[in-house]
Amino acid sequence: MTAIVELSEVHKTYKSGTITFEALRGISVSVAEGEYIAITGPSGSGKSTLMNILGCLDTPTEGSYLLGGEDVSSMTETDLALVRNKRIGFVFQQFNLLRSMTAQRNVELPLMYAGVHATERHALAREALERVGLGDRTHHRPGELSGGQQQRACIARALVTNPDIILADEPTGNLDSVSTHDVLSLLHELHDQGRTIVLITHEHEVALEAQRQVQILDGLLTEGMRAA
Amino acid sequence: MTFLETVRTAFTAVMARKMRSALTMLGILIGIASVMLTVGLGQGAQQQITSQINKLGSNLIIVNSGANSSLTVSNAAGAAAANNRTRFTTPLTLNDAAALANPTADPDILLVAPVTTTTATAAYGSNSESTSVVGTTPAWADVTARTMTSGRFFTTSESNAGSMVAVIGSTTATNLFGTGTVIGNSVTISGQSFTVIGILNSVGTTLTGNGDDQIVIPAGTYAQRFSTSSNMNTVSTILLEAKDKDSLSAALQEATNTMYVMHNVTPAAPDFTVSSQQALVNTIGSLTTILTALLSGIAAISLLVGGIGVMNIMLVSVTERIREIGLRKALGARPSIIMLQFLVEASMLGLMGGALGIGLGVVAGSILSKAINYPVIISFAATSLALAVSLFIGIVAGVYPAWRAAKLAPIDALRNE
Repeated sequence: MTAIVELSEVHKTYKSGTITFEALRGISVSVAEGEYIAITGPSGSGKSTLMNILGCLDTPTEGSYLLGGEDVSSMTETDLALVRNKRIGFVFQQFNLLRSMTAQRNVELPLMYAGVHATERHALAREALERVGLGDRTHHRPGELSGGQQQRACIARALVTNPDIILADEPTGNLDSVSTHDVLSLLHELHDQGRTIVLITHEHEVALEAQRQVQILDGLLTEGMRAA
Repeated sequence: MTFLETVRTAFTAVMARKMRSALTMLGILIGIASVMLTVGLGQGAQQQITSQINKLGSNLIIVNSGANSSLTVSNAAGAAAANNRTRFTTPLTLNDAAALANPTADPDILLVAPVTTTTATAAYGSNSESTSVVGTTPAWADVTARTMTSGRFFTTSESNAGSMVAVIGSTTATNLFGTGTVIGNSVTISGQSFTVIGILNSVGTTLTGNGDDQIVIPAGTYAQRFSTSSNMNTVSTILLEAKDKDSLSAALQEATNTMYVMHNVTPAAPDFTVSSQQALVNTIGSLTTILTALLSGIAAISLLVGGIGVMNIMLVSVTERIREIGLRKALGARPSIIMLQFLVEASMLGLMGGALGIGLGVVAGSILSKAINYPVIISFAATSLALAVSLFIGIVAGVYPAWRAAKLAPIDALRNE
């Protein structure tokens, strides 16, 4: 299997005045196509920094990051925007749906930035919403949807561009147990259909849903998962 | 993302905060409306004045006695010299008028009408009023573009003979005769009886006074009966009509040359002034333009304040929507797209405020116009300019907030709670 994500010796150092803080201290990991991997770690472990770099929201200070064979470690913000749009589907803890727009319009947003024509966009968004079981909620605004439904809309938005990886950052953090189960089984289904999923979480049970677990601690990565 | 989609997104954002957007637009609205109103009033005034000057007659040239140049006197000797010059200024006479009417020397001058004016009491029966009495020749009617509503103007022979006939304005006719018969009746002017032979058309108030309240009598009669000057032939003004619009400047030059010869003066020290009606229109036109520009400038200050309001609200909006900006960036919006989105939003506030301001300006203009009975002209050019200016203000006010939004790092924006 080809590696879709290839991180080697990634460092991330933050400077604040005279204080420097090394959040990532040489992380190497590769994720194969179609793999379902969970990254766990307590707060302050560098988990968020890793997630930002994986999501191309930030660039590493040192080391290289190949995403789908493309070196994204020293790209400009404009190029990174394109990479995010094309290759990454984000699922956020806070859903981050725009409140003034319907579910359909929210899902269309990444396609709009990709320059997809309106007719095709509508069709793709409807298809994605049907895929996550929100076919009858396309014209509801986020405020009119339950937490679980909002997260499913968010997953539809992540799917709609057919990205290389789905990056789910604490996707169940704001959900009750029923919705959590709902969302996790949806991610399972997507994995079964061949999607590459990177799940970031601090919950063990959630992490165990994935094929493979890695743990980050003090800016370093270890395979497997230490018992709590 | 097409431009239309950007516009739609901006419109959604403006509409999502209706109260705030409306208040922001109010600043631009008031500014544009007041500029529209001042410009409208200025253009109205200009049109009014131009039409009043044009009422004096077309292709009109006015000859007055006395040099127009203001003398700067810095010492006693200078003052004395100035006094001497004033004292020896030769008045205009009927001889000057005759010379100006000479077709050989002044081929571009079509008509000449010497004018002398005084104020006198006119009476008919128990009615009397103080009015202006004008002594002139038959050419006056043509030069000043006056027609008769009834009766006729006096003839050259009547003028030369000093006939006791008078042509009166419509207001004068009403004041003296009421609704009764006018033509053929006698009016007493300063104790002398004149037969009314015609009533002038109504022109309203012109720059030279009320054109409807005056009595016009033959120049010869005026010289014999009303002249207060030692020289009976003295006149106060000579009105000339150039052959046509194109010969106006030639006629002006010919009149000036003739006057130099008649008064035996040099161009360095003239004792008369020759001016065209066009020059008067231009002078007053440029005066109103300056005044309008000044008032618009003051009104434009409110536009500036409105622009600052737009900028302020856009800055607040960027801060408030940090998460939205972060999300849009995460989903693939390039910095330039974010910049454009906020620029379009700011321009929309400016443009909508401007459009509403034009609406208010038009409504207020028509109300004001009726209230003060004065034309307020809202021209297409002023309207388009106002729209362009409001759009421009929106864009300028939007640049800094939009740039702030565009340069936000996506992680900082997403992290913000």
